[in-house]
Amino acid sequence: MTKVTLAKGLNMGLRKAMEADDKVLLMGEDVGTLGGVFRITDGLQKDFGEDRVIDSPLAESGIVGTAVGMAMRGYRPVVEIQFDGFVYPAYDQIVCQVAKLHFRSQGRIKMPMVIRIPFGGGIGAVEHHSESPEAQFAHTPGLKVVTCSNPVDGYWMIQQAIAHDDPVIFLEPKRQYHAEKAELDESATPVPLFSSQLVRHGSDATLLAYGPTVKTAMKAAEAAAGEGKSLEVIDLRTLSPLDMGPVFDSVRRTGRAVVVHEAHVNLGLGAELSARITEECFYSLEAPVLRVGGFDTPYPASRLEEDWLPDLDRVLDAVDRSLEF
Amino acid sequence: MTPHDSGFGPDLVEVFGPKHEDGGPELIQLLTPEGERVHHPEFDMDFSAEQLRGFYRDMALVRRVDVEATALQRHGELGIWAQLLGQEAAQIGAGRAIRPNDYVFPTYREHGVAWCRGVDPLHLISLFRGVDHGGWNPKDHNFNLYTIVIGAQTLHAVGYAMGMQRDGVVGTGDPERDACVLAHFGDGASSQGDVNESFIFAASYNAPVVFFCQNNQWAISEPIERQSRIPLYQRALGFGFPGVRVDGNDVLATYAVTQAALQRARDGQGPTFIEAYTYRMGAHTTTDDPTRYRLSTDVESWKLKDPIARLEVYLKRNGYAGDDFFADIAAEADAIGHTLREGTKAMPDPKPLDIFDRVYSEITPELAAQRDGFTAYLESFEGAVH
Repeated sequence: MTKVTLAKGLNMGLRKAMEADDKVLLMGEDVGTLGGVFRITDGLQKDFGEDRVIDSPLAESGIVGTAVGMAMRGYRPVVEIQFDGFVYPAYDQIVCQVAKLHFRSQGRIKMPMVIRIPFGGGIGAVEHHSESPEAQFAHTPGLKVVTCSNPVDGYWMIQQAIAHDDPVIFLEPKRQYHAEKAELDESATPVPLFSSQLVRHGSDATLLAYGPTVKTAMKAAEAAAGEGKSLEVIDLRTLSPLDMGPVFDSVRRTGRAVVVHEAHVNLGLGAELSARITEECFYSLEAPVLRVGGFDTPYPASRLEEDWLPDLDRVLDAVDRSLEF
Repeated sequence: MTPHDSGFGPDLVEVFGPKHEDGGPELIQLLTPEGERVHHPEFDMDFSAEQLRGFYRDMALVRRVDVEATALQRHGELGIWAQLLGQEAAQIGAGRAIRPNDYVFPTYREHGVAWCRGVDPLHLISLFRGVDHGGWNPKDHNFNLYTIVIGAQTLHAVGYAMGMQRDGVVGTGDPERDACVLAHFGDGASSQGDVNESFIFAASYNAPVVFFCQNNQWAISEPIERQSRIPLYQRALGFGFPGVRVDGNDVLATYAVTQAALQRARDGQGPTFIEAYTYRMGAHTTTDDPTRYRLSTDVESWKLKDPIARLEVYLKRNGYAGDDFFADIAAEADAIGHTLREGTKAMPDPKPLDIFDRVYSEITPELAAQRDGFTAYLESFEGAVH
């Protein structure tokens, strides 16, 4: 057992995946000599060589587009997009090629590619470094979208994503990279990649969170407990496909659901979750599904970001509105 | 202010010389439009009579495939067709220069290259009929599926070539082992970011790839001048690898130049840019009307440079092929036409429920639920068959 940060858990997971399969390649801007701007690939080029850990030219469409060709040749490329807001130059390759090649080829071409994207806010950065583009990828058939909220999930989920035969958008909550450490047992059996996990039991309402907002939801549940309110928390982990089973089970028991994400509320994951919960749990609901998220503005300058991001108080405010409905 | 007194040095004409409608003195040619064999100091090669007849057969038959598919569209059998008319030499010259281990990334107009790779023309037709998005298995032919987004495939080509480098099949000196990639695109695509990024990646990693640009002078209605103020092949130098302009209506020169560039790539010497200077004799696709944007006199002048006619003259004048040969090709073309017409009409429509299984390597539970719901819906109709 070792205590690791999310950054270290991801780094160890990447190393494991590269040891397990010599077809696994890493590519991205600054991932080699530097070890990535967040050091997630630290030391990997030194140990696996420049042919397997590739510093790329500064062109995101080029990174993803060449990774498509490598996958066609039988490799399992893992590409790093340096920041969430820089994924858009690669959007066409991701949506028109990565997502569609399996379908276009009637299953003859596999696209076992992982596109790692540090996402979310809270690091005091300039524009384009704090975004949450998950809904845009979850809206695209052919892609799978997952996100880890803690070091242990980071370690296991990156390995599972790399071993998976379909393209995976792998979202990493960058604010958590160097935050709390967690005990990692490398001999444990991981939960399946495309599964939601109940991370706190409760009976009054269900909080649905993923990535960076799992921590927010857990803090909110802790604070609510002090006020005599029992909140259940589910870490969704997989955003496409969604694993709704644990969500429906929970909402049928609590009768109330609040979705928390950093992404803009309008047409975000919360809208889809709300629709599905309403379709499946209609007679169990005591209140409408509520959503707490980023406002429908562009991400603000960083001195305003803590106002813009959903925090403990805004989550509790939504919980109160649900309970009082 | 004219370019001469701008203070920024010489203008384009001073640097690149005057514009030449015929491709200019840099055009590599081995067979003139009149069917005269000419020689080139760098790219000359000897062709056997059998090889020459083979080129003729390929070009004549793919022209027939193209004409037949165009007619099928006019009869309402295809939704659309992208014609290759006029570009036969560029495609057959390049297609015949490829070796079995090489891999090809086409656009959506490479019917002639597909022919050389053994792809059944009915698989091309099924795409344009709306039956599928490409029915052949790319791995069976080392020929990727058609890519509709302009230029996107050039990056795939470079990535595939980078994979070949890692597989140790580049520059070993073993002709049975060494391989490379041929990437197709057009003059319009040369403006795309992906194409320019593919040049940068290929140069940076010295990837074994040949960029084969058919400059057919038109990107739907936009002339080449809208894409580039300099001859396209000269762009390569700015990316750090050689570029050449070949007469794309001369199958001999296209073959010779492409073969040399492919060998250079297989040998580990990196990318080459080939600009095959040609002309789109037909419309962009069957939905297009080129009379709205170009002069018929231009088309007439390019008719005189027809790739098939010039080889026919050369074959006949030198006694490499007689009347029997041409009669046999005509009969073979008629048979292909018949096969395509009958094959198209007999093509079964795809089944609505097939789409769900092809999105992922394994269907997801939520997609399976959609499929099951749709199945039940279809079955709710009396006498439903699906």
